[in-house]
Amino acid sequence: MSGNMNLTLKVWRQKNAKESGRFETYAAKGVSPDMSFLEMLDVVNEDLSKTGIDPIAFDHDCREGICGTCSMYINGRAHGPVKGVTACQLHMRSFADGETIIIEPWRAAAFPVIRDLIVDRQAFEKIQQAGGFVSVNTGSTPDANSIPVSKVNADEAFNSAACIGCGACVAACKNSSAMLFLSAKVSQYALLPQGRVEAKKRVKDMLKVHDDAGFGACTNTEACEAECPKGISVSNIARLNREYAAAMLVGE
Amino acid sequence: MKLDSKIPSGPLSEKWDNHKFKCKLVNPANKRKYDVIIVGTGLAGASAAASLAELGYNVKTFCFQDSPRRAHSIAAQGGINAAKNYRNDGDSVYRLFYDTVKGGDYRAREANVHRLAQVSVNIIDQCVAQGVPFAREYGGLLDNRSFGGAQVSRTFYAKGQTGQQLLLGAYSAMNRMIGEGKIKSYTRHEMLEVVMVDGQARGIIARDLITGEIERHSAHAVVLATGGYGNVFYLTTYARGSNATAIWRAHKKGAYFGNPCFTQIHPTCIPVSGDHQSKLTLMSESLRNDGRIWVPKQKGDPRKPVDIPEGERDYYLERRYPSFGNLVPRDIASRAAKDMCDKGFGVGNTGLAVYLDFSDVIKRTGEKAVEAKYGNLFDMYKQITGENPYKTPMMIYPAVHYTMGGLWVDYNLMTTVPGLYACGEANFSDHGANRLGASALMQGLADGYFVLPYTIGDYLSDVERTPIANDSPEFMDAEQKVKDRLQKLLNIKGKKTVHEFHRELGLLMWNHCGMGRTAEGLTAGIEKIKKLRADFWENLMVPGGEQELNQNLEKAGRVADYLELGELMMVDALNRNESCGGHFREEYQTPENEARRDDEGYAYVAAWEYKGDNQPHELHKEDLVFESVKLTQRSYK
Ligand SMILES: Cc1cc2nc3c(=O)[nH]c(=O)nc-3n(C[C@H](O)[C@H](O)[C@H](O)COP(=O)(O)OP(=O)(O)OC[C@H]3O[C@@H](n4cnc5c(N)ncnc54)[C@H](O)[C@@H]3O)c2cc1C
Ligand code: SF4
Ligand code: FES
Repeated sequence: MSGNMNLTLKVWRQKNAKESGRFETYAAKGVSPDMSFLEMLDVVNEDLSKTGIDPIAFDHDCREGICGTCSMYINGRAHGPVKGVTACQLHMRSFADGETIIIEPWRAAAFPVIRDLIVDRQAFEKIQQAGGFVSVNTGSTPDANSIPVSKVNADEAFNSAACIGCGACVAACKNSSAMLFLSAKVSQYALLPQGRVEAKKRVKDMLKVHDDAGFGACTNTEACEAECPKGISVSNIARLNREYAAAMLVGE
Repeated sequence: MKLDSKIPSGPLSEKWDNHKFKCKLVNPANKRKYDVIIVGTGLAGASAAASLAELGYNVKTFCFQDSPRRAHSIAAQGGINAAKNYRNDGDSVYRLFYDTVKGGDYRAREANVHRLAQVSVNIIDQCVAQGVPFAREYGGLLDNRSFGGAQVSRTFYAKGQTGQQLLLGAYSAMNRMIGEGKIKSYTRHEMLEVVMVDGQARGIIARDLITGEIERHSAHAVVLATGGYGNVFYLTTYARGSNATAIWRAHKKGAYFGNPCFTQIHPTCIPVSGDHQSKLTLMSESLRNDGRIWVPKQKGDPRKPVDIPEGERDYYLERRYPSFGNLVPRDIASRAAKDMCDKGFGVGNTGLAVYLDFSDVIKRTGEKAVEAKYGNLFDMYKQITGENPYKTPMMIYPAVHYTMGGLWVDYNLMTTVPGLYACGEANFSDHGANRLGASALMQGLADGYFVLPYTIGDYLSDVERTPIANDSPEFMDAEQKVKDRLQKLLNIKGKKTVHEFHRELGLLMWNHCGMGRTAEGLTAGIEKIKKLRADFWENLMVPGGEQELNQNLEKAGRVADYLELGELMMVDALNRNESCGGHFREEYQTPENEARRDDEGYAYVAAWEYKGDNQPHELHKEDLVFESVKLTQRSYK
C-alpha cells in the first residue's frame, strides 16, 4: 500500500440472508490518508483474496456520493464520522493512525442482509412505486414554460429531490422509520403545481406501503437528519404530516 | 451484409415526420401481446421502458444495481441541451443540429442529429411535467446556461445534479408502470447473452447476482441501453460497475460495432493521487464558464499558485483560442492540457495537472454568488483533495469520460441483428467523433422517450403475436454456454486478481490508445493486449463460487470482454488514418497542432463485424453524406 497508516478493521461477515453473521478482525496496513474509505476496503479485499479468504462484499457504484448505492455503518454511524458525505466520499484522512474501525451493514427489519455489508432495499422501491410520480404519459405535455413555478418552491423541491435513496436515515433511526426518505419524495411533488393534482392520493398510498413494508413510526428523534448525507431536512416530515392530515380531512 | 442506414428520403427537416408517418402501427389491443426486454435503466432505458409500457407493451427491465435509479446517468452533473431558444439568443433546431455535427467533427449522420435536435424541445416539456425541479429564475420560468463549446445558452440544469433529477424523473415514470403491472423490473441482474432464434433477437440470458442463478428471458424484441464502455481504461469518471458486457456479447452475436476508437476525454477531472485510486471524479464542465485555466509560464515554478503574479501565468486556452477561450470543446481543451504538461508546464506533485482558477469571478461577484452556482462541486473537490478551491485554484487533468462509439444502429436504432436495438450511450450515437457537453442526456432521453416508441412498433407489427418460448434449443444452448463460461473463469485458479488485470489493461489502453495515438504505438498495443488476454485466461484467480453473490466473478466476466474490446478499439484507431474529434493521431495534425481530418478518405462510420475468436474483424463502411452542412476545418480561434 502507498501510505503509512495502520488500522484494525472489525467487519460484519455474513454469507447470505439465511446464515447468521459475526465480526471478523482484519489488519489494514500502509493505508494512505488520500484513499477513500472504499479504496481502503478494495486494498484489504485484494489481500484477503490472495490469502484464500472471500473478499468483503459491499455495495458501491458511482463512488462520488450520488448513486446512493454504498451503505455501511462505520464506527456506529451511518456513512461514518463526517457529516454530509456518503461512505464512498469519506477519506482515510478522517481517521487516526492505529484506530480500530467497526464496519457493519444497515440494520433494519425492512432491509435484510444479503451478504456481509450488502442489504436488500427493495422496500424503498415499493414505496416509490406506490405513488412517487406524476401520472403523465410521454408526449402529452404542454410547453415547459407554460407551468411557471416560483424560484423559492422550485429550489425547495430540488432540495427534497436531492435524496439519493441510500437508506442511512432508516439505519440511523431507532425505530427504523423511513419517514425522511418518504417525506422527501412527497415534498418534492407537494411543492410543485405538477404534483398537486395527485397530492392527496399520493401521500396516503405511499404512507400505507411504508407502514406495511416493516418500517417503524417516526417519533421525532431527528437522528435521520443528522446522518443524512444529503442534508434532507426533517421539515419534510412536518410537510408530509400536514399533507396527510389534509388528505384525511377531505377524504378521497 | 450490406449496411443499410435506412435514412428516410426527403428534405432534412421533414425526414423524421415523414418517417413517423410511414412507421407501421400496432393495434392498441395487440400491444399487450408483445414482450419487450430492456437491458439498462439509465436515462435511455428508463425512458424507453416507461414510454413503451404506457403504449401497452409488456416490458421487462434489467439492471445490475439494486435499483433502476442508481444507473450511471445519475452522476451526470452539468445539464441537458434543448433548442428551446428561451433566451432569444439565436438558438434554433437547426443551430443545435449544426453545432452537434460540427462539434462531432463531421463524423455523425446528419439525419439522426437533426432528429435529435428536433425532439430536444419535447424532452424538456416531458421532464417538467414529471416534476423534474430544473433551475428557475425569479419570474418562475426555466433558467439556462451556456455549456462547453456552445455560444448560446441552451443548457437546462438542476444545480450540479441534472442527471440525477432527469433519471429520477424517468424512474418515476417507470415506477408508475411497475405499479400498474406493465413493467417487471429485475434488479441485481446481469445480462450475459443475447438469444437468437431464426436470426432474430428473441431474449437474453441473465444472472441473478444475489443467488447466482442463470435465467432465460424471452421477448419479441430486445433493447440494449447499457451505457458506455469507457471503463476499458480502468481509471475513468464512470461508475465502477459500468461495463461493455451486454454490447460486446451482442457484438459477438452479429451486431456490428461502430467507431469503437471514438472515446471522449474530459478536460476537467481531479488528477490521480496514487496507485490505490479506483476512479476519477469529474468536476463539471460548467466550471469552465467562470473558471480560468492556466499554467505558470516558467517550467516547474515552485511557488504556490496564488503567489504567481498575473503576468507570469499562461492562460493558454484564452491565448490559443481567443474567441472561445476556456469554452472550447472538450477534445481541444483536453489535448491542450496534455500538450502543456508534456512540454513540462504541468503543476502538482505529478506534473500532470493544470490550474482552474476562480479568483476573478470571486472578486467580481463575491464568494456567495460562486457558492450558489458551484457550491456542491467545490465541496466535492474539497472532500477529495483536502484543499479549498475558494482560496486556491483547483488542479485538474483530463480523464476518460464517454464513448461515442458503440453498437452500430440504423435510423430506427436497430442493430445489424434484427429485433435487437441499442439506445443511449450504448449505440454509436449521434455525436460523431466528439460529444458536446450536455448532449448525452439529451440523446438518451430522445432515444427512449421519442424515437424507440415509434420505431419498435414498426418492427413488431410484422412479428407474430404468439409468446416466445424460453425453453427452445436456442435458449437452452445459450444458457449452457453462459454457465460454461462462468465455470471456466472460476476454474483458472491462477494467482492474479481481476483488479490487477483491469488496472494493467487500463494503463495499456491509456498509453497506447489514449489522448495521442500513433500507428507505432497502436501496433505495439495490439500485441500487448493479446499477451495480456492470454495471461488472463491462464493466471486469473476468482475467489468464491458461482451460486452466490460474487462480485469478483461479475467483474471477471466484464474484464474478459474489455480485453477483447480493447483490441478492437486499437484496430479501429489504427485504421483511421486521420485525426478527428477525440481521436487524435499524432501523425495527422496541422502545424498549429490541431486535428487534421481526411474527409476524402475517412468520412465514414467504421462498422466492425465479429468473425470468430482470434479472427480479424471485418470492416464495413457507412459513407457519411453531408447534404446540409459544409465540411470545414473546425475553428474555435
Ligand atoms: C461524471 C459524469 C458526468 C456527466 N455529465 C453529463 C452532463 O452534464 N450532460 C450530459 O449530457 N451527459 C453527461 N454525462 C454523460 C451521460 O451521463 C451518459 O452518457 C448517459 O447518462 C448514459 O446514459 P445511458 O442511459 O445510455 O446509460 P447508463 O446511465 O450508463 O445506464 C446503463 C444501464 O445499463 C445497465 N447495465 C449495463 N450492463 C448491464 C448488463 N450486462 N446487464 C444488466 N444491466 C446492465 C446498468 O445497470 C444501467 O442501468 C456525464 C457522464 C459522467 C460519467
Ligand atoms: S433521506 Fe437522506 S439518508 Fe434517507 S435515503 Fe434520502 S439521502 Fe439517504
Ligand atoms: S457509491 Fe454511489 S453514493 Fe457511494
